[in-house]
Amino acid sequence: MEASERDREIEDSLLRHVFETGRGFYLTVAALLTIIAFGGLAWMEQLQGGLGVAGMNQPVYWGLYITNYIFFIGISHAGTLISAILRLTGAEWRRPITRVAEVITVVALIMGSSNILWHLGRPELIYLPLIEPQFLSPLIWDVGAISLYMTGSIVYLYLPLIPDLALLRDRSPRLRGLYKLLALGWTGTERQHARLEKAISIMAVAIIPIAVSVHTVVSWTLAMMLVPMWHTAIFGPYFVVGAIFSGIAALMIAMAILRKVFHLEKFLGALQFNNLSLLLVTMSCLWAYFTLAEHLTAWYGNEHAEMAVLSSRLTGAFAPYFWGMVIACFVMPLAILGPKKTRTITGSVVASTFVLMGMWLERFIIVVSSASHPRSQQMWDAGTYSPSTVEIAITAAEFAAFILCYVLFAKLFPLVSIWEVKEAPEVEAG
Amino acid sequence: MTEWGMAIDVDRCTGCEACVVACRGENNVPVTGPVESSRGRTIEWLRIERYMEGAFPDVRMRFKPVLCVHCDNAPCVKVCPVSATYETPQGLNAQIHPRCIGTRACAHACPYTIRFFNWSEPSWESPLEQTINPDVAVRWKGIMEKCTFCVQRIRRGEDTAKEEERPVRDGEVDPACAQSCPTRAITFGDLEDPDSVVAQLFKSPRAELPLADLGTGPRVAYLQEGEWRGSVRARSRD
Repeated sequence: MEASERDREIEDSLLRHVFETGRGFYLTVAALLTIIAFGGLAWMEQLQGGLGVAGMNQPVYWGLYITNYIFFIGISHAGTLISAILRLTGAEWRRPITRVAEVITVVALIMGSSNILWHLGRPELIYLPLIEPQFLSPLIWDVGAISLYMTGSIVYLYLPLIPDLALLRDRSPRLRGLYKLLALGWTGTERQHARLEKAISIMAVAIIPIAVSVHTVVSWTLAMMLVPMWHTAIFGPYFVVGAIFSGIAALMIAMAILRKVFHLEKFLGALQFNNLSLLLVTMSCLWAYFTLAEHLTAWYGNEHAEMAVLSSRLTGAFAPYFWGMVIACFVMPLAILGPKKTRTITGSVVASTFVLMGMWLERFIIVVSSASHPRSQQMWDAGTYSPSTVEIAITAAEFAAFILCYVLFAKLFPLVSIWEVKEAPEVEAG
Repeated sequence: MTEWGMAIDVDRCTGCEACVVACRGENNVPVTGPVESSRGRTIEWLRIERYMEGAFPDVRMRFKPVLCVHCDNAPCVKVCPVSATYETPQGLNAQIHPRCIGTRACAHACPYTIRFFNWSEPSWESPLEQTINPDVAVRWKGIMEKCTFCVQRIRRGEDTAKEEERPVRDGEVDPACAQSCPTRAITFGDLEDPDSVVAQLFKSPRAELPLADLGTGPRVAYLQEGEWRGSVRARSRD
């Protein structure tokens, strides 16, 4: 009897944000829609005038859109990979955070791949690589890897949602038809539970190699080319590490906002933040190791074109970004999350914000500083790149759309897996 | 089978840029104007690179016409997701404009940075539109374009030869750049024909293939005496 009372309590507190809609919700949605509308206007200007309204040029053919593409797809590793690994290793504390992470994955994948639309010279032909692919192109590998990951992560988000959908079907005052359809007739029998657990386990195993492949292939889009400091074997693992790194940071920021806004303090607690902070510090060290390995190899080799890229990063035009990145991705996380005293929820949010900014800068530096120094030396700095207002407006719209998708998901579905938390009540307090 | 190639004698080049102008006229290469040009949006299928030797007042300038080298193993061809660029049986690296979706991957893959993107809709100020060559398609915004070795001239030469029931003679087909060079620095012809002038020039000890160590297999060779010790100068935008 006591147990069922607690169950009811968990249900109520976790369904509140689905059932109750305050003024804050409408204001947030309106504000986000305004930013997205400006981005839409900017895109229309770009469709009309051509990509010349963006800041790209020869030799920097790729700019902010590709930066955002790599960044968001990196963020997407938050979810599935983290929650899959934690699920497989039986880390009980992950129960309340898995869905928060998995939603990030799906939304970030949508945002990341949407960049292709504004990046292409002729977005009206975006279907052409699907119907007539040229398989030697790393861009086609991207299409395959991301489609697979998108499908996989949607399934992986959906499966653990089914029991909660059944709960919504029974308790929700609205949209019962939708929930009934999505709940697939879940009644919570032993057999159903066994099947669900089995399906989730299979997906958790399957999603890990897919997630690793995705950011590897994204890095190969750059690494397969003969461009100085792109053409390196380290890019695959370096990008995967960076992706998980930024994914953890995005997850902690999302958790901190959600626990405040939706009053989930009981579920997303100090335990979760502490463990994720330690993971973040680990990834920060790994990231620093990869960064050192990459740059030291290029520096020692002293190859002419690579040195041009390297010195532009260390002392040249990109130095403020580069050293800013080192501080944001390595110094700050270690300084803040290393000492136990500052390894608090606030501390982890501050560190995560630094990491996200640093990782965005990393993508930007990788794309633009190499592109500015191609092998044809007379092209060095022939065109310098700075993003135009159109690119900035579209970028802002992407971030706004990311938040909007998240807000809308929270309006329809519970953000914490209710049945999983109920199964392990001892971790709820954190 | 013919395999087209080009030899450029840089010791003969005076940097007059007649080839650049001829290429622009022949191939409807759009004029982007000074503003866009200063932002790095110039489209020139053929450009003159300048190299400076020595220090003031003892200075020597060298010039190098740079165009697509029509690689035998082209990096641009591999990366295109939709086969908008491909290698023809005659060794031309061709761009299929209607297929191009504008990923600009080929532009980064090209180690010579000699592929061009249409950042805006090309336009010709009146009366310049009357100079448009009807033999060459005008491109549009959002797609890549590049040197074709004046494929329209190659086809015309082949057609004439076919009508007269004879093979194409060496020196009969000339791209606009080769035709317009006052010092005859540019030689065009069939690399498969061992007796052609261009094939002979490729065997010259003065011949050097650009970025040969990358293994791209250029079909454009540069002829020059000795090493260039000159420093690299930033590209001119005027």
